[in-house]
Amino acid sequence: MDVLLWFTKFENTKPVSLVIFFVLFCGVVFYLYGSKRRGKELESFKNIPLQDDEFK
Amino acid sequence: MATANVTNNEQYNYEVIRKFTIMTLVWGAIGMFVGLYIASELAFPVLNFDIPYITFGRLRPVHTGAVIFGFGGSALFATSYYVVQRTCQARLFSDGMANFTFWGWQTVIVCAALGDVLGYSQGREYAEMEWPIDILIEIVWVVYLTVFVGTLMRRKQPHIYVANWFYLAFILATALLHTFNNLAVPISLFSMKSYSLFSGAQDAMIQWWYGHNAVGFFLTAAFLGMMYYFVPKQAGRPVYSYRLSVLHFWAIIFLYMWAGAHHLHWTAIPDWTSTLAATFSIMLLLPSWGGMVNGIMTLSGAWDKLRTDPIMRFLIVALSFYGMSTFEGPMMSLKDVNALSHYTDWTIGHVHSGALGWVAMITFGSLYHLIPKLWNTKVFSLRLINIHFWLATIGILLYITAMWISGIMQGLMWRAFDDYGNLQYAFIESVAAAHNLYIMRAVGGLFFLSGMILMGYNMFMTIRSGNVEQTPN
Repeated sequence: MDVLLWFTKFENTKPVSLVIFFVLFCGVVFYLYGSKRRGKELESFKNIPLQDDEFK
Repeated sequence: MATANVTNNEQYNYEVIRKFTIMTLVWGAIGMFVGLYIASELAFPVLNFDIPYITFGRLRPVHTGAVIFGFGGSALFATSYYVVQRTCQARLFSDGMANFTFWGWQTVIVCAALGDVLGYSQGREYAEMEWPIDILIEIVWVVYLTVFVGTLMRRKQPHIYVANWFYLAFILATALLHTFNNLAVPISLFSMKSYSLFSGAQDAMIQWWYGHNAVGFFLTAAFLGMMYYFVPKQAGRPVYSYRLSVLHFWAIIFLYMWAGAHHLHWTAIPDWTSTLAATFSIMLLLPSWGGMVNGIMTLSGAWDKLRTDPIMRFLIVALSFYGMSTFEGPMMSLKDVNALSHYTDWTIGHVHSGALGWVAMITFGSLYHLIPKLWNTKVFSLRLINIHFWLATIGILLYITAMWISGIMQGLMWRAFDDYGNLQYAFIESVAAAHNLYIMRAVGGLFFLSGMILMGYNMFMTIRSGNVEQTPN
């Protein structure tokens, strides 16, 4: 019960949510730009709209 | 190319897309005509003719409903069904359900307009429809989600292209927003009247959480989905950076949800809520401009297309207006700027630089690309597209310039004090001072409507020369 009450206070949840969202954002940026190999693969998807006439 | 078209069209359901596309043009013309009429009413109140059904208060939601949900909504149904099929190489999940979304959605728009004219309204901006229409919207939307997700699940392309992420976020967020903002208790089973489940400042915060995210997801995220497919298609080159588009997506869908309370600055809501909303609004500038740069830079190395291709011009100018209005929005969300701009015509100017400049222009460009493909033909007249472009651009500039001047003037007049500490101007003086600017706004609207009608004629002639029989469904 105390744990739940802890979450009801803004002074607790604000910094916690800040940390969670900041880490998530860093994770997304790392996923996108952290690896050259993955970056190349991700960039290859941008051709999907241009290939859609070729599929049968 | 012809072979590819026939093959693709056996594979895809284009019939429902054609129907939504035609209704986009129809609702665009109707909605913009009503907009022009109410703009003229504000300049010349005699146009009310003492008929309650056509007063500004009743026709204004008819205008917003027809252009946002009729024109914009039909365009989104059409393009999302097109993009999801083409990029997944899969036919729509269910032809019958897709057809239901068409008839259901058109029924919603007609009923909403009739309800507005007859005086049935929840009094919530962009959510005026009373509870029976809200339930129909809910049903249509769940079917839409089912068709979209079902199509994604039968895809042959392993990766889900980013445009579909934007469309899916729009469908999910709209379902959430519509449901919670319309929680209401009808006064009886056979009455149109209902009362909101929320009250006071909470009710206002729910409404503007809905209102701002209607802008964020319906009028921004979804049209970004349109942009991420049709700009590369028309340019004949891939989007500038796919990774930036993914970052754009996650940042924008996270940040938009928090910004709604900036519509309620200096009211009875808690001050920290206001500050939070303003902070997130400022942060929104970064992903918005990231997306704009990503779209515009798609043309990198092929800028000459802007001189030769009027469709490309529509798309790129749309992105420029997107950048401009997503700069203006965060600026207006600052409390001190908002103290001047709120309740004035500046807000109307801001909304229309987004609605006409971004939403309508990206729709025009996308439909000019899409319609010849749907009817397996060529555009009737490129020259008319070019004329449409200039009519639309001049119309927008007249409109927003008039509203900027009028809005800032109103803000300054309302806060001016004389040497004795009394208000310097009576309210009616600010109304009289705006008269010429209201005429200028109506002229801008006339330009924009003329372009819309020209597009209707051009596309009617295009469709007439089309050959649907070669594109069986």
